Amino acid sequence: MSPDTSSGPSGIPDAAPALAAVTTRKKPLADRIPVLSHLRRSVGLQRGMLLIGVVLTTLFVLVALLAQWIAPYGFAQRSVDGTDFGTLQAPNATNVLGTTVSGFDVLSRTIWGAQTALLAIICAIAFSIFIGVFLGLVGGYFGGWLDRLLVVLADAIYSFPSLLLAIVMSIVISRGQSTLEGGILASAIAITVVFVPQYFRVIRAEVVRVKTEPFVESARVTGVPIGRILVRHVLRNSTRSLPVVVTLNASEALLTLAGLGFLGFGIEATAAAEWGYDLNRAVSDVTSGIWWTAMPPGIAIVLVVLGITLVGESLNDLSDPRLRTRRRAGGKS
Amino acid sequence: MVTAVDAAAVAKPVAPQRGGLWRYILIRLILIIPTVFILVTVVFLLMRVTGDPITAALGGRLPPDQLAERIAQAGYDRPLYVQYFEYIGGVFRGDFGNTLTDGRPVVDILLQYGAATLELAFYALIVAFVLGIPLGLLAAYKRDRWQDAALRIAAILGYATPIFFLGMVLKLIFSVGLGILPVAGRAGTRTQLKLQSLDDPTGIYLIDAFRIGDPGAVGDVLLHAILPALALGILTAGIFLRLVRTNVIGTLGAQYVTSARSRGVGEYRLVTKNAYRPALIPIVTVIGLQIAMLLAGAVLTETTFEWNGIGFMLSEYLKARDFVAVQGIVVMIAVVVAITNFIVDVVAALIDPRVRY
Repeated sequence: MSPDTSSGPSGIPDAAPALAAVTTRKKPLADRIPVLSHLRRSVGLQRGMLLIGVVLTTLFVLVALLAQWIAPYGFAQRSVDGTDFGTLQAPNATNVLGTTVSGFDVLSRTIWGAQTALLAIICAIAFSIFIGVFLGLVGGYFGGWLDRLLVVLADAIYSFPSLLLAIVMSIVISRGQSTLEGGILASAIAITVVFVPQYFRVIRAEVVRVKTEPFVESARVTGVPIGRILVRHVLRNSTRSLPVVVTLNASEALLTLAGLGFLGFGIEATAAAEWGYDLNRAVSDVTSGIWWTAMPPGIAIVLVVLGITLVGESLNDLSDPRLRTRRRAGGKS
Repeated sequence: MVTAVDAAAVAKPVAPQRGGLWRYILIRLILIIPTVFILVTVVFLLMRVTGDPITAALGGRLPPDQLAERIAQAGYDRPLYVQYFEYIGGVFRGDFGNTLTDGRPVVDILLQYGAATLELAFYALIVAFVLGIPLGLLAAYKRDRWQDAALRIAAILGYATPIFFLGMVLKLIFSVGLGILPVAGRAGTRTQLKLQSLDDPTGIYLIDAFRIGDPGAVGDVLLHAILPALALGILTAGIFLRLVRTNVIGTLGAQYVTSARSRGVGEYRLVTKNAYRPALIPIVTVIGLQIAMLLAGAVLTETTFEWNGIGFMLSEYLKARDFVAVQGIVVMIAVVVAITNFIVDVVAALIDPRVRY
């Protein structure tokens, strides 16, 4: 499933606040899982876009998980049964999508690339949620000089081109090259630094709003421990916009990973398959009219980003009453 | 980039009107200093955390004693804070040090190649405006019809396609396939020679070509710019389209629009006249953020099209592990971004007095 299901159901189900106030009973499970509930609420075009997004995202995750069984060859395999694939072979019976300049099977590398992408996205999102939410919670609730410092820092980092920041980070972490785990971790941390300010701002803004609510005040007066107030009362009511931010960031994380790979800061070809890196190697092929090394990894990136973005976009539209398409009552609305 | 919009809205609550425009400009101007200062510090510390630039560039290639000598020569054996204050001092004097690989002053590189990047970013912005704003208005006007759906999907596709992949596809179609546009570079060899013969080149090829007064050169320069400008501009166009659509739909619900509608103003006129202007303010703000994205995108576009700008140089120096040059270029981009954000904020304040401090 898309990453946001793991973020847990939001505190206030944003489906219909007015309705929630009336019905005190717990809503059915399907209405509390973010993407599912959105799907049930959507109609027409919006439902179509969300559905396409969910399908593409699910497909991506499945391919990533099953890469080992789907891919015909290994990502760094150059020969089969003792015969070399040859370099830059056009699509043929052995190599359905041809081979790269290094003699790798294009189809296999594209499939394995999904695994690298998924791992990097999950790591990046997990790190940035953890750090961003923590800082936002602390900064927003306690305020003071620490909060002001964090805001200024977040603003400075936020205004900085994210890809450049990721480049600087990946230099710091790995001095450029690395293995699968090291490379993914380095890219993930690089992407994390870029996204922490966004999570920080979103959570902080919510926390500042929630902390003046009567139920927080009363919890404080009755002597509930501060940690419990922060987690149960403030945090659980501050995660409304998290699913949207997470999905939109997931696609940006993938684009940043590919950008890093394209500029030569990816993961080495023998350690893992990475779409951006493969595209970097394909730039000169394109000039000489060879299309099969560039198209598969490129299209893979486009489809995955498209899928995740469609989910994020639809969630955003459905959460915003101004943009939500309403179910038609009777005739034309 | 919807998140950016939301975040910007969150971060800039409408402040009560306290001062005039000049006061606002002054405060915003003073605020640039900490921003740039933080970025320079962050970049400096990050680049030094794991060691000195000379070991990064030449480590393993030189024997240890020679390496130590080079490190001492460049002053990288001194305490980090001494180096830091020296670097900050240099930056304030406009001195970013010399590159490790070819020993050129980093400032020269910034000036020489910065013009090319500016030129590319300018073309890309034109593409973004010309495509993004009218199509966004159309999408809002045809809301929830097939035109709207098609445009939104196109915008998301523009966002989902990495610039470098889009560039490669454009190359395959227009350069390799149809053979009507050049594959890479900023100008043909002959034009380039002519431009270099100019005494005081601006570095912006279009201006230089006009100054030579050679229509062939102007055409050549423009022809070379088409594909890179499209590759870089389409992403931003998609973001503009979505912004315009969302904001126009938002303002269409406003009371004065309803009253205009009740007076019998047509839907088309409502979109293009009444709802359009107030919807522009968030766009002006987002352009500031987009400039930062554009500069980062320029790194990828320039690498794809061998466009000799600052981004192309950045990726060359990255490959050579020349971290003094990398640091200089990154800091330079940070300064440019901070200044554009300032200008954008002032423009936004001119349009809407409520955002002033």
